[in-house]
Parts: sequence; structure tokens; C-alpha cells
Amino acid sequence: MHLDHPTTFPQRHTHSSPVRSDGSRRALRIGLGGPVGSGKTATVAALCRALREELSIAVITNDIYTREDAEHLLREAVLPPERITAVETGACPHTAIRDDISANLEAVEDLEDAVGPLDLVLVESGGDNLTATFSRGLVDAQMFVIDVAGGDDIPRKGGPGVTGSDLLVVNKTDLAPHVGSDLDAMARDAAEQRGELPVVFQSLRSEDGVKTVADWVRERIAAWIAA
Amino acid sequence: MSRSALLILADGRFPAGGHAHSGGAEAAVAAGRITDAVSLHAFCRGRLHTAGLVAAALAAAAADGVEPLALDEAADARTASAALRTASRRLGRQLMRAAHAAWPDPQLDALAAALPRGAHQPVVLGVAARAGGLGPLDAAHCAAYESVGGPATAVVRLLGLDPFDATAVLAGLGPDLDTVAERAVTAARSAAVQGVEALPAASAPLLDIGAETHAARATRLFAS
Amino acid sequence: MTVTSTSGASRTEPPAPPGDTSRVSATARIEARPDGRGGTALPLLAGAGPLAPRRTRAPVPGEAHVTLVGAMSAPLGGDRLAVEVGVAPGARLRVTASGATLALPGAGSDPADYRIRLTVGQDATLHWLPEPLVSVCGSALRQTTCAELAPGARLLLREEQVLGRHGEPCGRLTTRLTVRRAGRPLLDQELDCGPGAPPGWDGPAVLAGHRAIGQLLLVQPEFESGPVQPQTLGEYAALTPLGGPAALVTAVAPDALTLRTILDEAASDLLNDRFEAVRS
Repeated sequence: MHLDHPTTFPQRHTHSSPVRSDGSRRALRIGLGGPVGSGKTATVAALCRALREELSIAVITNDIYTREDAEHLLREAVLPPERITAVETGACPHTAIRDDISANLEAVEDLEDAVGPLDLVLVESGGDNLTATFSRGLVDAQMFVIDVAGGDDIPRKGGPGVTGSDLLVVNKTDLAPHVGSDLDAMARDAAEQRGELPVVFQSLRSEDGVKTVADWVRERIAAWIAA
Repeated sequence: MSRSALLILADGRFPAGGHAHSGGAEAAVAAGRITDAVSLHAFCRGRLHTAGLVAAALAAAAADGVEPLALDEAADARTASAALRTASRRLGRQLMRAAHAAWPDPQLDALAAALPRGAHQPVVLGVAARAGGLGPLDAAHCAAYESVGGPATAVVRLLGLDPFDATAVLAGLGPDLDTVAERAVTAARSAAVQGVEALPAASAPLLDIGAETHAARATRLFAS
Repeated sequence: MTVTSTSGASRTEPPAPPGDTSRVSATARIEARPDGRGGTALPLLAGAGPLAPRRTRAPVPGEAHVTLVGAMSAPLGGDRLAVEVGVAPGARLRVTASGATLALPGAGSDPADYRIRLTVGQDATLHWLPEPLVSVCGSALRQTTCAELAPGARLLLREEQVLGRHGEPCGRLTTRLTVRRAGRPLLDQELDCGPGAPPGWDGPAVLAGHRAIGQLLLVQPEFESGPVQPQTLGEYAALTPLGGPAALVTAVAPDALTLRTILDEAASDLLNDRFEAVRS
């Protein structure tokens, strides 16, 4: 009988263990959710560029049609190809990040098998609706990315992503004057929905536009390692 | 036996990855072989009596205590398509994770340790059923039902088929499901005595060909 | 498709009542071994009943070539036929047939049973390339092909099933192909078609109305380090690596000629290493 090679990561097949077999903490997993076209993939790409020198990063995309977001990241060459993988979601991207996270957990372990221990795994959801959120079994923290062009009433409408995410990112602020979105109103509504939870307004067109979000990730990493 | 364990294991919401697989239905829809509830029924019936029977017999044998590594080899030989072997092992890993949470058991751990890249899904299903206190017939029913439940759900998403029609297709296959589960258990009992070659090896050429066609497609909704 | 007919005398008689002695039970045997001069000798070449193996001129130096002649009007229902082929270590044997095998209705309801057993030793080569098996309306046949391969054996095997002669419905045909290598299962596939077969066999998951089904299997040690890349060969055929060092082409077609064209092309590409290998 041909047996598989001994595994370097025997936490395989378990769920939600925060430590590896050697006692070190596994990679921090951060989810990025939000509606179609709000700039999740662009935010992932910008975060990779900002953090790849200081952290060992990998990305998992949950596409609707196979690999389009993964291929976008590959074309942009934000990470070497072996650090980017796509999970197929059977036409239900929210199922793969919330109700049945097994394929995403497999993908995390496959990435660590392929490239060695990671510090950070970014899990991007397929563009879905305002109710799609990540399971706590899959990610340790999640950000919800909306954009000003999608309507300045999204924060007011709420929904689990807007109200409960660890970070709300309002993207494409450079477009606000052109689409007639009221950023102050969005900030007020978001604060009302989210209480103390942070909100970031960003434009990836400006230089170092992802800095605030990247700093938030750095803080998360520091807290994760210290925990 | 524990009937509630059977319901949990057979539940489409059991988090073991099945939702992302169409059981060959997406390829058959793309080729125009499934267009409505009638052709879905014909597809499911053919799959049930071929791939479904083989999976049910493997699961029944594993639940009966037949050596899982021998069953895994038997599954490899009965899965000609490389794309289907990959899908089956991946689903086996995902099921292992869910089963490990539901019914922790040394037999599951031993199988995971021997094949960390994943055992074939029906073999894991049988060992999981055993861990949950279920018998070979329950395991066979689970595998048989999965072999048609996956395609039916997928076709609802792919064709916008009326979900009531899809459910009626599954209900209509009830007698076939019972027959296949019973055949599978008989074969599993023979395999316990005569070895794994006594297990059925029913193949479906178009499922094998379609699996490779599907794997080569740039755009698809389901993993297999 | 060409179907040669050289029926033996017993086949021209009216069907005998069930249970009588006219049912054939026969085993043909072929053994090949190196002749010590770089060629292959055939120390055993024994026909039986309707099965007559004949040595024919080998197209390839070092290889022995045997043609199965006259197997075509057998088996009838109730017949028990077998072919046993042994290729000793280092020998090279090619077996072909002079025409298609027709499964015909017999006197009783018993299915015919046709067993093919192939044993290939270390560094030995067998090309098992029979003509199609045609399931005639009203017939019932169970064919099993078992190949037992040494770790360094090479096997090229082609099987074709044709469901009915032109325009007729087929009989019941059950074929199982079991290949073991180094004592472990490599491939195990069964196809069950025709009246009485489990439902769905002609439906969209299995055959979808195709009347010719074929497999082409190449087992060779070279695939251990460089397995073929899976690929489709048109809409109704695919090449896939197996779990061991082997490549399998599965094809369905509307007729035997179309099927043969697909399999011949694939065989030529496989033997000449024209398919892309997986780079590891």
C-alpha cells in the first residue's frame, strides 16, 4: 500500500485549532466580504503589496465562476502563484465561507503545505449580497468592503456585514463627488450601526491608499501573536 | 444504530463540501444531456446504479469493518477518471474534518494519519458512519442518496429547475435507492470474506469522459 | 464494420434443447517466452472449440504475433469459453483477431460466459488487440478480462463493445475489466447494458444512446515518473492517467468505425509518446 508522505501539519482534518503541532500559532486568517464590484480584490492586491515584505502571505479567493479573482491577482503579480488559490463554490459563495467552510480550510492547509508556515491568509469572498459574512471557524477577523458608488444608503440599511464586521471599509472615496454620495452621512450612519467598531474610508487611487487598512491588519497580527 | 446520526450524516447541510460538486450534472447540462426533470431523473438513475452503487458498496464495506486502506485502493481502481479521483479524495478530506468534529473516533484518526492527502470519500463515509454508531445499510443509503442528491441540487441552480420537481425526482428514485443500498450491503458482505474484488465496479463512460471535459473548462460553477 | 463468419459445423444445426451436450466449454491457451535469440517463441498455442489461435508473421522483430481465428460466431448462450495468455518475463507478444466476436442467442436462457486471462511477466510486453465484441439482439453474454501484471510489465489493451448489429437492439452484455499490477488493483470497470441491465444504462449519465464503447489501456513503467496529463479527445473521449503507471482512453461513439478511429489515433499517440506528461 502506498501511503502518503508524512504530513508537516497534523492539524489537518481538525477544525479551528489556533496552534500548529509545534505549538506556534497558525497564520492569522482575515476575511474580506462585500458586494460585487466594491473593490475586494483591489484591496487584497493593495494589502499584499503593502505587507508582503514583512509578512508571509497567501490569498484564497472564493469565486462564483471558478478562478476569475485568483487570475486577476496572478496577472497583477501581487504574490507568487503558489501563494494564491481559488476555492470553487458551486454557485453559492456565501455557503463556502459560512455554512460549509471545509473547502476553505483545506485550501489554507494546502497553502501551508506548499509554501511553508504563513503569517497571514487573506480569504476573499465571492461578490455576494449584504448578508454574507464569514464563519468564525474560518477567519479570525473580517472586513466588509462597500463603495461609495454602490449608494450612500448602504450603511443606513445595515445588515450583518455592515453592522458586525471587525472593520468596515468604504472604498472609492475619490468617486464620491461624481456619484453624489454624502461621505459624512455614510460615516454617521455607519457609526450608528456599528457603535465602537472601526470604519475606514479609502481611495486606492491615492498614494498608499491602503495604509490605514494595512495598519489595522498589522495590529491584528500583533494581537494574534501575543494571544 | 442511531437514527439521528444517519440524519446528520445524510443532511445536505452537513459541512463536508458536497455543495460545490454537481456529480457530473454540470457537464451533462453543458452537453445538453440534462435539460429538464425527465432527463435529470434518467441521469440520476444511471449514476445511482453505476457510481452510486460502487460508492454505496465501498461505504457499506468500510462501515462493516473491512480494512479501509484496501477499500481505498479498490476505490482508486474503480475511479478511472483522474479528475474524479482528485474530487473524491478532496471530498474525503473535507468529510473527515466534519466527521472528526461530529464523532471523534480512533478509526477516523488512523485513516487520516495513513492518508493525510485524503482517502476516497465513500471510504471515509463508511468509517464515519461506523464512528457514529451506524451500520453498513445506513452507510450504503447515505452514499446512494448522495450520488443523486448532489446532481439534483446542482441542476436546480444550473437550469433554474423547479425545486419541487427536483425533489419529486429524488422521491421517485426511492425504490431504486433501496435496491442499490441492499445490493451494496450484499457485495460488502462478500468483500469481507472474499476480498475487495468482490465489490461492484459498475462504470459510466459518459460520467468519466464528462468529468475530464468539465475539469478542462475555464468557466464552471461546480468543482466536479 | 467487417464481421467475418467462419462458423463451425455445430453452429449451422438448429438450436439444441437446453442442457444438452452441444454447448461448448472450451479453453484456448497461448504461451510466449523468449527464444534465447532475441525473439519470442510460442511453446504453447492450443485452440479449443470455436477458438483457434494461429501464429502469424510478426510485423515487429523480436515479437510473436498470434491471430485468433474463428472466434466470431461464438459465444452462444450457455457456452463457457476461455482464453488464457501467458507472456513470460522478457517475451513480447501481440494478439489480434481475424474478425469481430458475435454474442448470439443460445437455446436456453443461460448467458454465455467468456473469460480472458492475461498474465504478463517482468519486462514482458503484451499487446491484446482483439476485434469488437458485438452484442446481437436476444443474446446474453458475460465477459471478464483479468490481467495480472508484474511491476515491470507492459500492456496495451483494447476493448470495444458494440450494442447490436446495424439497426437492431442489443442483447444483454456485461463486461468487466480487472487489471492488477504487482498484486494490487490498478483498474476495475464493469459495463452492464441491454435488457435486464440496471436502469439508466442507456441514459444521459452512462451511454446516452451511443452504440459503441471502447477502452484503450496502456500500462508501462515509464508512467511511474511521468504520467500523462488528463485531456479530452473530442466530445466523447478522454485520456486519463490511472492511480498507477497507466493511461486509459475511454470513448463512446455512434458506431464501431468511429470508435476505432478514435482509439487507433490515441494508441498511436500514446505509443509514440505524443501526449503531454505531467511535470513534477
